Amino acid sequence: MGETPYNDGVLEIRWHGRGGQGAVTAAIAIAKAAVEVGKYATASPEFGAERRGAPVRAYNRVSSRPIRARTPILEPDVVVVLDSSLPPDMYLDGIKAGGLLLINTKRSIDEVRKMLGDPDIRIAVVDATGIALKTLGTPIVNTAMLGAFAKLVDVADLDVFENVISDLVPKRFISSNIESMRIAYNSVVVENE
Amino acid sequence: MERSMLRVKQKRVALNSNHAVAYAVRDVDVDVIAAYPITPQTTIMEKLSEMVANGEIDAELIHVESEHSALSAVVGASAAGARVFTATSSQGLELMHEVLHIASGMRLPIVMAVPTRALSAPISIWNDYSDLMNTRDTSWITLIASTAQEVYDSIIQAYMVAEDPRVLLPVMVAYDGFLMSHTYEPLNIPEDPTAIRELVPRRDRITLDIDKPVTMGTITDPRWYYEIKYQQVKAMQNASLVLKETSKTLHEVLGRKYEPVEGYKMDDAEVAILTYGGLFGTVQEAVDIIRDKGLDIGAIRLRQWRPFPSEELTHLMHDIDTIIVIDRAISYGASIQGPVALEVYPIAARMGVHVFSVIAGIGQRTVLEKDIMGIVNKVLDYLDQGVIPLRSIYWGVRGGE
Repeated sequence: MGETPYNDGVLEIRWHGRGGQGAVTAAIAIAKAAVEVGKYATASPEFGAERRGAPVRAYNRVSSRPIRARTPILEPDVVVVLDSSLPPDMYLDGIKAGGLLLINTKRSIDEVRKMLGDPDIRIAVVDATGIALKTLGTPIVNTAMLGAFAKLVDVADLDVFENVISDLVPKRFISSNIESMRIAYNSVVVENE
Repeated sequence: MERSMLRVKQKRVALNSNHAVAYAVRDVDVDVIAAYPITPQTTIMEKLSEMVANGEIDAELIHVESEHSALSAVVGASAAGARVFTATSSQGLELMHEVLHIASGMRLPIVMAVPTRALSAPISIWNDYSDLMNTRDTSWITLIASTAQEVYDSIIQAYMVAEDPRVLLPVMVAYDGFLMSHTYEPLNIPEDPTAIRELVPRRDRITLDIDKPVTMGTITDPRWYYEIKYQQVKAMQNASLVLKETSKTLHEVLGRKYEPVEGYKMDDAEVAILTYGGLFGTVQEAVDIIRDKGLDIGAIRLRQWRPFPSEELTHLMHDIDTIIVIDRAISYGASIQGPVALEVYPIAARMGVHVFSVIAGIGQRTVLEKDIMGIVNKVLDYLDQGVIPLRSIYWGVRGGE
C-alpha cells in the first residue's frame, strides 16, 4: 500500500473509462472498501444516459471525517484511466500538481510521460487490458485497475478490496476478478515521488 | 409504544440513497409494493424486486403499466389494510398527481420515496426539485433528506407517522435524484430488523372489510365535503406533533436526531442560507470558508416541508437580519419564484428579516462552494446598496440579469 497523502484531509479520485469497462463499479468498490476499514467515503457516477463505449467518469472522496460536499471533483489528487484512447485533455483536466495518474496501457512510463507532454504529476502504468483478457477473457479492466490502485493509494489493503469485489461481482466471476486484482497489484509500475 | 427503548445494534455499510430506501422498506415489513420504473428511481425497485425474489421481503410486488396505476394499486391495497410502498420521480410523480389527492383524502398511510428530478420539456433526467414542489397542496406529509442515513431513517419514521391514528396521511420522503440516489456513502443500519418492526406495530384503522362494510372516497355534497377537508387540516397539524414524538423515539433507538429545521453555526450568525436536500452539505462547506473570511454566516436546512415548521424556523431565525433561500425549483410567474422562499417570506416579514430568493441547480446545473460564495457576495452587494429585490435571483444562468 502506497503513501499518497490526503490533501486537506480529503482524498479526491476521478475515474475515466468507457461504458462497459466498469469505472462506476470500481468507484463503488473504493467507497465500500474505505467504509469497511472505518473511513468515510463517497462514490458517485457522472450521471448521464449510460451506453456502451461512451466516455464515463466517476468520483470518489475518501477521508477520516464525514464528507459533506456533493460536487463533481474538478481538482483530483488521483486520476485513474481505464482506457488510454480517451483524450488526455479530458483526464488530465484539473489534476493537482504532484498528483497521481494511474493509466491502463502497454506503454512504459517514459512513453506515457512523453505522450502527455511531461506533466508535473506522478505516472503509474499497468497493462490492465492484457491482464483482464488473460483472467476474464474479456477487456473488463476495472478489477485490474483496482488491484493497481490498492498498491499505490492508501485507502485499504488488497484483501479488503478482494472481499468487496466478491460481493459486487457474480459468483462465477469472483476468482477470475480476484486474480486480475492480484496480478495488477504485483505488476503496476510507478514513478518515484 | 414503550418509552426509553434500548439503542439497537447497527452495522456500518456503504449504500446509495435508493438502496437505503429499499433496506428501510425491507425492515418495516411491507405487504404490497407497486411501482413503475423511471430514472433515477428505478434502482429502488430493482433492489426491492431482488429482495422479494430472494425472500428477504415477504410482500406482493405488483408490476403496473404506469405510475397512475402504481399509486392506484397501493391506494387499493392500503384501503384493504396492507402496509404499502411506492416510489417515483419527475414525470411519474406528475402522472400520479390526481391520485395523490385521493390517497390523502382517503386518509391512507401510504409511504412513497421521491428521488427528485427535473420536469419535461425539454427532457432532463437530472436533478432538481420541480417534481416535488408541484405536489405542495396534495396534503402529503413531506420530508426532504440530506444524507443516505437520513433517507433510511426517514422511511422508518414515515411509517411511524403515517400510521399514527392521530395522523393517517400519506408521506413522501424526497432527496436529490442522482446526487444522492446514486451516490454511495456510509450509513448505519440495524443488524436485526426486529427492532425496527417494534417501532411500527400493526395498528387498527378503518379498512375495507366485508364483515364491516364501509365506502371510501364516495361523493360528498356541500353539506359535508368542507368538514372532511378540514379534518385533513387538523391531521396535518397533528403530524407536526407526531413527527416530533417519533424523532425523539428514533433518537433513542437509532441514536440519530432530526429536527424539522436544522441550524448550522447559527449561534452568532447575522446572515443565514436556507436550503434543503443534498445541497446542504455543499452549503455547510461554503459557510466554513466564508466564516474564515470573517462574515458571521450560518445555514439552515429545511427537512420538514409539509407540515411547514413555522414555529421552529421562527426560533432559528431569531437573531439574523438576512436570510438567503436557495431553491432548486421555479414557481413560474410567482411574486418570488423560489417555492420555499415564498413560504419563508411571511415568517421573515413578521420578524423584519430580509429575504433573498435564489434559484440554482436547475436541471442539475452544478452548484459548487464558490457558487454559494458568489451568491452571498451578490446579496451583500444588494444590502450595501440598500436594495432588496422582490423577485428571485437566477444564479448561473446564461442570459440572466
